[in-house]
Amino acid sequence: MKNASIGSYILRRLLQTIPVILGVVVVNFLLLQLAPGDLATVIAGEAGGATPEYIAELRARFGQDQPLFVQLLNYMGNLLTFDLGYSFRQSAPVLDLLLDRLGPTLLLMGTTLVVSLSLGILLGLLAALWVKTWKDHLISVTAVLLYATPLFWVGLMLVLVFAVKLDWFPTSGMENVVAFHEGWDRVWDIAHHLILPTVTLSVFYLALYARLMRASMLEQRGLDYVTTARAKGLTDAQITRRHVFRNALLPVVTMAGVQTGSLLGGSVVVEAVFAWPGLGQLAYQSLFARDYNLLLGIFFLSAILVVVVNLVVDIIYVILDPRIRLG
Amino acid sequence: MKSFNARFYGNPRVYLGLAWLALVAVVAIFAGVFAPRDPFAIVGQPFLPPGSEGFLLGTDSLGRNVLAGLIHGARTTLMIAVLSTVAAVAFGTVLGALAGYYGGIVDDILMRLTEFFQTIPWFLFAIVLVAILSPSAMNLVIAIAVVSWPPIARVVRAEVMAVKAREFVQAAVVAGQRDMGILFGQILPNTLSPLIVTGSLMVATAILIESALSFLGLGAPGQMSWGFQIGAGRSFLRDAWWLVTVPGIVILLTVLAINLIGEGLNDALNPRLADL
Repeated sequence: MKNASIGSYILRRLLQTIPVILGVVVVNFLLLQLAPGDLATVIAGEAGGATPEYIAELRARFGQDQPLFVQLLNYMGNLLTFDLGYSFRQSAPVLDLLLDRLGPTLLLMGTTLVVSLSLGILLGLLAALWVKTWKDHLISVTAVLLYATPLFWVGLMLVLVFAVKLDWFPTSGMENVVAFHEGWDRVWDIAHHLILPTVTLSVFYLALYARLMRASMLEQRGLDYVTTARAKGLTDAQITRRHVFRNALLPVVTMAGVQTGSLLGGSVVVEAVFAWPGLGQLAYQSLFARDYNLLLGIFFLSAILVVVVNLVVDIIYVILDPRIRLG
Repeated sequence: MKSFNARFYGNPRVYLGLAWLALVAVVAIFAGVFAPRDPFAIVGQPFLPPGSEGFLLGTDSLGRNVLAGLIHGARTTLMIAVLSTVAAVAFGTVLGALAGYYGGIVDDILMRLTEFFQTIPWFLFAIVLVAILSPSAMNLVIAIAVVSWPPIARVVRAEVMAVKAREFVQAAVVAGQRDMGILFGQILPNTLSPLIVTGSLMVATAILIESALSFLGLGAPGQMSWGFQIGAGRSFLRDAWWLVTVPGIVILLTVLAINLIGEGLNDALNPRLADL
């Protein structure tokens, strides 16, 4: 494949993300209009009441006396220059708050992605190899059960068993802040805190990928190229390893890309359960503080994150699978 | 080939699912009969363990009856899940049908919209919607429907495109039937089976979303729900394990039951795929 065509593909794909981002901006703006109380009344309320003249003056200063369309353009301009506004509850710019919390969320999502994909693929593969035996049924039944379990409940049950009863893991937080660990001690401490949240967030996706992988393996195994491979004398193990497994992976990888947005949503719940100091916990806190500016900022950043991840997955995909380039 | 009934009712997992779901539905409908008192009423000592005199599943931190809460919670949760699914199916069907039937620019615009709603972090979007519209049963239904309709639109669109090319549709066109008559009278009735499968599985997802929102404190105020019970009990995990464990098992069983029924429907309606 020539580099030029990869370049033009990436460019085309980048252009496709623009409407999505603009859409999120418009949705955010509309939600902000729906939110009870505007910025001026919020500030006036914080100040302990204000005269109507003062509120009108505040509105003029924030441009809220202008037509809705002009406000939308201003808002777009702000967001596109990453000015996400100010959180009056936390007395800090929204962007700073978000960047502070982005790392822990990315860490949790990254480990979850690795754990759920690798275990899900492995279990799906084994189930397909053992198809219609009791081991296959056991894997399938487990997957069906995990698929139906609420995430937050999995988290609380793990806390109950492994943190409260057995005391193997901490119940919450990302690190033991009073211990002042440094270097590898700190890494180890964070990893120790990371295990339960990762397992919690992984189980649903693990079940999803295992089921998909099993179905995908069984489907690929019935295709003509398998007959061809067998006819030219490959053993079953070779066919599975070299042909069926690789082709069966594709739908699973696609699904993993599609699930990014859902993974972010799941991390809100998991972070709320484990007090994991990421974007999700910030969202949870902003709910109670009625800090809509911050909440919408989190939504905006998350949407951008999803768009970027999808972009990266698509690009990796095109490089891996030559057939997709034609489309 | 076996009939639909033989394939659907011959499946033991479907029976288990139907039995549990029927139980939950009866309890939900007659909640006032099974548990006549307000589920928020304080009726005993706090933290009575399951099996205590008069309280089969114990009491919570304020002395409220956990079983009564589950019974009334079934009502809230099922009602919100079913209503939001109906709304999502209605909206998704109309959008998918229009996109599939007209094709071209209409299809392009509607499918971009669908993709948009599938790309954004949907659970976070539901949280934002409920938080800003203010938590109420109505707004929960709206939020869950808004994040759930895209798969329906996709399924209906694909089916409509497939059915549109069939002879009986061309016959209706030649006979001079109007677009809407053809779409709703001829095409949509033929897309029902995948719609039923997707819709029934969606009720299960809606229960999970509703529970998660209630757990986060965004549930309908003044209405008992399973997610709310877990959220209220989580602070007492160390001393009163049943407050979190029991409602969670009920959610799990209900979602599982609906998934089993949905899969049974799928196997019965698409027998070719049943082996996978």
